[in-house]
Amino acid sequence: MARNSGRVTGVNGNMVTVQFDGDVSQNEVGYILLGEQRLKSEVIRISGKIASLQVFEMTAGISVGEKVEFTGLMLSVELGPGLLTQIYDGLQNPLPELAQQCGFFLQRGVYLQPIPDKSWDFTPVAKVGDTLFPAQTIGTVPEGIFTHRIMVPFDFANVAWTVDSIRPAGTYGVREEIAVLKDPKGNKKSVSMVFTWPIKRPITNYVERLRPTEPLVTQVRIIDTFLPVAKGGTYCIPGPFGAGKTVLQHMTSRNADIDIVIIAACGERAGEVVETLKEFPELIDPRTGKTLMERTIIICNTSSMPVAAREASVYTAVTIAEYYRQMGLHILLLADSTSRWAQAMREMSGRLEEIPGEEAFPAYLESVIASFYERAGIVKLSDGSKGSVTIGGTVSPAGGNFEEPVTQATLKVVGAFHGLSRERSDARKYPAVHPLESWSKYASVIDAGKVAYARNILFGGNEVSQMMKVVGEEGTSLDDYVVYLKSELIDSVYLQQNSFDPVDFAAPIERQELVFDVLFKVLGSVLQLEDKKAARAFINEIRQKFIDWNNTARDDERFEMYLREIEELVAQRFVGYERRAAKILQVK
Amino acid sequence: MQKVYTKIESIAGNVISVKAEGVRNSDLAIVTSSHGESLANVIKLEGETVSLQVFAGARGISTGDHVRFLGYPMRISYSEDLLGRIFNGSGIPRDNGPELTENLIEIGGPAVNPAKRIIPRNMIRTGIPMIDVFNTLVESQKLPIFSVSGEPYNEVLARIAMQAEVDLIILGGMGLKYDDYLYFKETLEKSGAMSRTIFFVHTASDPTVECLLVPDISLAVAEKFALDGKKVLVLLTDMTNFADAMKEIAITMEQVPSNRGYPGDLYSSLAARYEKAVDFEGAGSLTILAVTTMPGDDVTHPVPDNTGYITEGQYYLKNSRIEPFGSLSRLKQQVNKDTRDDHRALMDGMIKLYASYKESQEKKSMGFQMSEWDDKLLQYGDLFETKLMDLSVNIPLEEALDLGWEILAECFEPKETGIRSELVLKHWPKSAS
Ligand SMILES: Nc1ncnc2c1ncn2[C@@H]1O[C@H](COP(=O)(O)OP(=O)(O)OP(=O)(O)O)[C@@H](O)[C@H]1O
Ligand SMILES: [Mg+2]
Repeated sequence: MARNSGRVTGVNGNMVTVQFDGDVSQNEVGYILLGEQRLKSEVIRISGKIASLQVFEMTAGISVGEKVEFTGLMLSVELGPGLLTQIYDGLQNPLPELAQQCGFFLQRGVYLQPIPDKSWDFTPVAKVGDTLFPAQTIGTVPEGIFTHRIMVPFDFANVAWTVDSIRPAGTYGVREEIAVLKDPKGNKKSVSMVFTWPIKRPITNYVERLRPTEPLVTQVRIIDTFLPVAKGGTYCIPGPFGAGKTVLQHMTSRNADIDIVIIAACGERAGEVVETLKEFPELIDPRTGKTLMERTIIICNTSSMPVAAREASVYTAVTIAEYYRQMGLHILLLADSTSRWAQAMREMSGRLEEIPGEEAFPAYLESVIASFYERAGIVKLSDGSKGSVTIGGTVSPAGGNFEEPVTQATLKVVGAFHGLSRERSDARKYPAVHPLESWSKYASVIDAGKVAYARNILFGGNEVSQMMKVVGEEGTSLDDYVVYLKSELIDSVYLQQNSFDPVDFAAPIERQELVFDVLFKVLGSVLQLEDKKAARAFINEIRQKFIDWNNTARDDERFEMYLREIEELVAQRFVGYERRAAKILQVK
Repeated sequence: MQKVYTKIESIAGNVISVKAEGVRNSDLAIVTSSHGESLANVIKLEGETVSLQVFAGARGISTGDHVRFLGYPMRISYSEDLLGRIFNGSGIPRDNGPELTENLIEIGGPAVNPAKRIIPRNMIRTGIPMIDVFNTLVESQKLPIFSVSGEPYNEVLARIAMQAEVDLIILGGMGLKYDDYLYFKETLEKSGAMSRTIFFVHTASDPTVECLLVPDISLAVAEKFALDGKKVLVLLTDMTNFADAMKEIAITMEQVPSNRGYPGDLYSSLAARYEKAVDFEGAGSLTILAVTTMPGDDVTHPVPDNTGYITEGQYYLKNSRIEPFGSLSRLKQQVNKDTRDDHRALMDGMIKLYASYKESQEKKSMGFQMSEWDDKLLQYGDLFETKLMDLSVNIPLEEALDLGWEILAECFEPKETGIRSELVLKHWPKSAS
């Protein structure tokens, strides 16, 4: 089919209006021809014979009358082996290859092949005569630490395809034919290891969606114990600038117990991506013995890169995540920051002169955010295996005020809320997740009763501390004061965690269980403390021991020593367990 | 294309429109009126209608004035001849020197490929302990000074510029008070730094549109020098004026404002400028130090707020001091591990104690009893503020670290400092213990 073309009729920022002749579809990709350059654009509105396109490049130099070619295809990504370890921009342009070709600067109109031309060791799974549906496995190739399934392309009609021919085990180029499939009417289609999929359409080739119940361990204590995340779940991290959103996500990308991590650096600083870029190829992942980079994909559309491509970048990321989910893998998508994505929508909406909603965000902001997070989930695949996509997004609220459209829309749909507080980050209490205001709907690995007990102390301690600001320490009862000290203890030895300490930066789940049990006994104990001074001195001593313990590696001989010392310290002043604690511990 | 258009269709704010053909987005034009000539650039195309923002402002332009399109976008001459010179926002000399027309480069060029960036690695010494010790400035960093109006932010900026060991200083002034402009000029001349400085200055009385061009023109030149191997420091003051100029144009163009009248792309526009800060592998670097005045001392105002989300920290200037709270250098951890073994620990330890001092001070002001510990903290806070925080202090990092230990020793026992014992043993002043 001969594709359409058109002519530019207007340019406004990164939006171009085009008059066209034949048929043009919404979200179709078009190229503006500017001399030698082809500028990629996406149709975002059609009205009569005029299409509005958002241009994924700078629009300087475009004039009225310039030719536009429509492709008939929606904005898509390439899927296939070789995605892992890649660093892409929002449109899946490989940045290192681009740098090789263009040098220091991004050059507009240069689009390189996303999946490298490489050969893979193919092992067939299906045989001639087998029938397969889209997303079922034809064969496999080893991709680093994973078995990468070569599947019937997802955009094939949802009918039973018969394997007409398939290549024997061997090494084939990624774009070479590896099988021919035949639909029930006898139409044949060739299949290689690569196919494309439109990024704004969710991949739904699964049997059913399940409830996210399995914890996703991040090795951040405050999260795993108090505000857990589940595989296939969603969570958000709103917080003012400098509160620690990026550092928290960075730590999670390193330590999360998950198969694949996809980092979507969306409209934030380029420098932050560089750290990941340079560190991950050097860091060994203790779970696999390979570098962290081998389980990582970076989608990087930083703040000075074109805004429209920023809007696309989160979809590019989630589509790749869904693709790997189809192989029975668990994927964590970290997006920093979803506010920049929302702002990109706002800019476009403004240019389209749509009726603005609150803070000029478009009226559809909420539904767009909801459908993005809806693409997370844990699913059962046709072969019975399970795969999941978990999405964690940071939010950068204007003025650090959570009462704004993006935060509010996000809070409506996510399963956990890790709100960062300016007060805590100013006091350098990292990670600055607010323990009382944040919440999670997922189950913790730690016993729920114990967690609730500790949370109660946090609430109680907060009340006492508020009161002390009015009546002073001298006006506070010893009992209240002890609750306050215990809440401070939880904060300083458990909630706070030093991201830059070689041991404390990651707390494996067994370690969290052990430390929390010991801490729980302190919290649940009635202690013999003469006065406030003695109480403070005692808690300080315990605190110091816990901090030393947290900074001691599991295989260090001092590990057991600190544990014993803490238990002895408590034993010296132990009177008995508080009633509710005794019930939880099932002792008298 | 040299066709002259003589019918201006509309004039609103500093934006005019004409009907013309074949004009390209962002191209320059010359508008000739009875008041003289002004440059203008294309900001929107709609069918035949071309909208332009007029650099010298549209005041006095008549519908019959002439518009001539130049067929190229905004450019600036790039060579060593720029050094020591002073230009306005359109790149026209403000001093009595000759106009420069050789070797023109485009402004507002593309972003650096993130894959080509490197991790920042060199400290920039300023002699200001609140910076060197507590919030180290790093080559290729982008960092604003958040300031209440009336604070000596331009003095701080000038001081850092004089002291920083860089090859080249580019000063972009936006809405600069004439006095401040003269102050910069005199300070740089007196110190002999003028010969390695380039000025792009828009003063408060100049046309608004020229204010908009200052960051781009300054950064384009800086980037070029950095590619040529120079360590460049760009000073931008005051970015709030730049943001206000953007607001003005956005309102003229009837864009929907997002927050207190500022356009929805405020973040992207500021980021496009700040992200020019870079360290080029195998070449030079570009560091940006900017001033952002906070209207109403409100850090949540859209300009400082968006800036904070973009930059790599900020220096918070208040009561003529760089506040330890609120100030942050996000790149400090890249360099302070290699300065001196006690740098990090002393930095953290002293700030934590200063935070405790603030609590004691608050307790005191509320009339609660002061303990022995409170008294120690009060003494400490006082010494910290006068000996280290005061902006007149000008000492090298190492001396500042030693001074830090002395202050601690004057007020506390070693074990009260919360600093690792091995460091205390090594650095605690001998005379004190
Ligand atoms: N867990 C942590 N441990 C130690 N320091 C931290 C931690 N989290 C944050 N910081 C400090 O705070 C600084 C800012 O953190 P980060 O860059 O994560 O903030 P952010 O919330 O992402 O800000 P923005 O919205 O501006 O991107 C870091 O450079 C670091 O100095
Ligand atoms: Mg961040």
